[in-house]
Amino acid sequence: MLPDRFALAIRLLHWTTAALIIAMLFIGVAMVSTAGPAYSALLALHRPLGIAILLLACIRLAIRFGTRAPPLPGDLPRAQARVARASHILLYLAMIGLPLIGWAMLSAGSYPVRLGAGLVLPPILPPGALAFGLLRELHALAAFALFALILGHLTAALVHGFVRRDGVLATMGFGRNAALEPPVDETGESLEEAEDEAPTGEAETPPPA
Amino acid sequence: MTKTRASLLTAAAISAVPLALIAGFAWAGGWVGAPRLGGSTVVDAIEFNAGRHEGYRRAHAKGVCITGYFTASGKAAPLSRARLFATGRYPVIGRFSTGGGNPFATDGRNVFHALALQLTGPDSQIWRMAMDHVPIFPVATPQAFAALQRASRVDPATGKPDPAAMKAYLAVHPETRAYQDYIAAAPLPDSFANGTYFSINAFRLIDQTGTSRVVRWAFEPEASFGALDKAALARLPQDFLFDDLSERLARGPLRWRMIVTLAAPEDATDDATVPWPAGRRTVEAGTLTLTAAQPEERGACRDITFDPTILPDGVALSDDPLLAARSAAYAASFRRRAVETPGPSAVGKKLTQGGG
Repeated sequence: MLPDRFALAIRLLHWTTAALIIAMLFIGVAMVSTAGPAYSALLALHRPLGIAILLLACIRLAIRFGTRAPPLPGDLPRAQARVARASHILLYLAMIGLPLIGWAMLSAGSYPVRLGAGLVLPPILPPGALAFGLLRELHALAAFALFALILGHLTAALVHGFVRRDGVLATMGFGRNAALEPPVDETGESLEEAEDEAPTGEAETPPPA
Repeated sequence: MTKTRASLLTAAAISAVPLALIAGFAWAGGWVGAPRLGGSTVVDAIEFNAGRHEGYRRAHAKGVCITGYFTASGKAAPLSRARLFATGRYPVIGRFSTGGGNPFATDGRNVFHALALQLTGPDSQIWRMAMDHVPIFPVATPQAFAALQRASRVDPATGKPDPAAMKAYLAVHPETRAYQDYIAAAPLPDSFANGTYFSINAFRLIDQTGTSRVVRWAFEPEASFGALDKAALARLPQDFLFDDLSERLARGPLRWRMIVTLAAPEDATDDATVPWPAGRRTVEAGTLTLTAAQPEERGACRDITFDPTILPDGVALSDDPLLAARSAAYAASFRRRAVETPGPSAVGKKLTQGGG
């Protein structure tokens, strides 16, 4: 039987990384915008936060592979289900890719990846100005892409939660998931009662994963 | 009817969430609200002043790489837990440069002679410094720095900055006037080897107990001082200082003593335009020995920024606003030049020929 919610560890990690990533994106653009004292303070925060997100995302991905995810509502159009799946893959890619790009970029630029007093990560790329320059642009582009992805993800989650009311939002929540009860069976096909309960709105895509 | 209104309300409430995030993001990034001075604004001002020289550092564009080592005396170890202060010998790479954003400028100018260093400690932590031969800086803030770059742009027609722009700038920046008076009167070293190089900004040293002390430092040369004739600067060969450096290094290593000066409670820690009075407690932290120079194409200095906020554990930033500004501006300069094809070394042609 498939669960009606994500594993507790996934849900905890989801909301922790969500807060960290939003903070990180804001810190990133704020940092680049200023030459004031905040620049150094934000930069000192940006590196350890990025590495923390990388670690948490890797742990989350491992747990995600090791646990069962709740199903999408059976009445969700196949195209939307595909978009949902693709967006979740992209979100995982960005969560892991952005910190790695940052780390590689600093390595190529011969910057020490200093996380805090006495803690400096080793470089993961040899020094090279061009590699630094290209990764620097990629880091910014990927960050804006991630922000756009998060906006879409968030909007879709709210539509699931408050328009479709199909239980998708609650799969990442901490309360009872009434909409997905009783859960779908092993084959992934909805049981008849669940079918009846599910509202039939024309909602956009994915459950927050 | 009611249902339509309710779903409209829901739609509005749902849209408000991403819209609020977008608005916050735009504010954080400085795209809305009061104009913000960032690293790229500072670099824009430098490019406005000196022209855009692709492939070169936007500030201190003309330079040469150097290598050597730092021998710590151990005398500064009680002041800082940085392993670089523990008795020992640690590798150094660096760069000598002249001030300004034009890599093809002649050495015969009354501008900064600069020494940038990267010291690597026994724990692999690195310390980058970017020092000038003048103990004070012309400006105290990044805003003033950008304004000075814009006001002091040389008009190609007259060969001088626009007097009206300079006058307007100086009227609100008396600290720059004080600097100009100083640099007009101070002797200009006739070699990179005999200049004293100052930290410009204040920093903090943090000892084993966590106690922090505000310091500035200087590298004092072993070579005896000689001054350039300021009246004859225009007749100096293009690469006079760089040629002199390679000739001196061919004869033997060059040395400087690193003197750390501790601030008294009344000393300005956040204003690089104000010198500290003589008579402050000093500690001789060690000796810098430079053994060789390399043109930028072959040296290790070209593809790094000498960002003075890259510090080892045991050395920390002070409240001087120029520190973050230098870090942000150097990063913006690096971001631009990294994707441009690096220009050939603007100096050191002799080094390339002689050194193969």
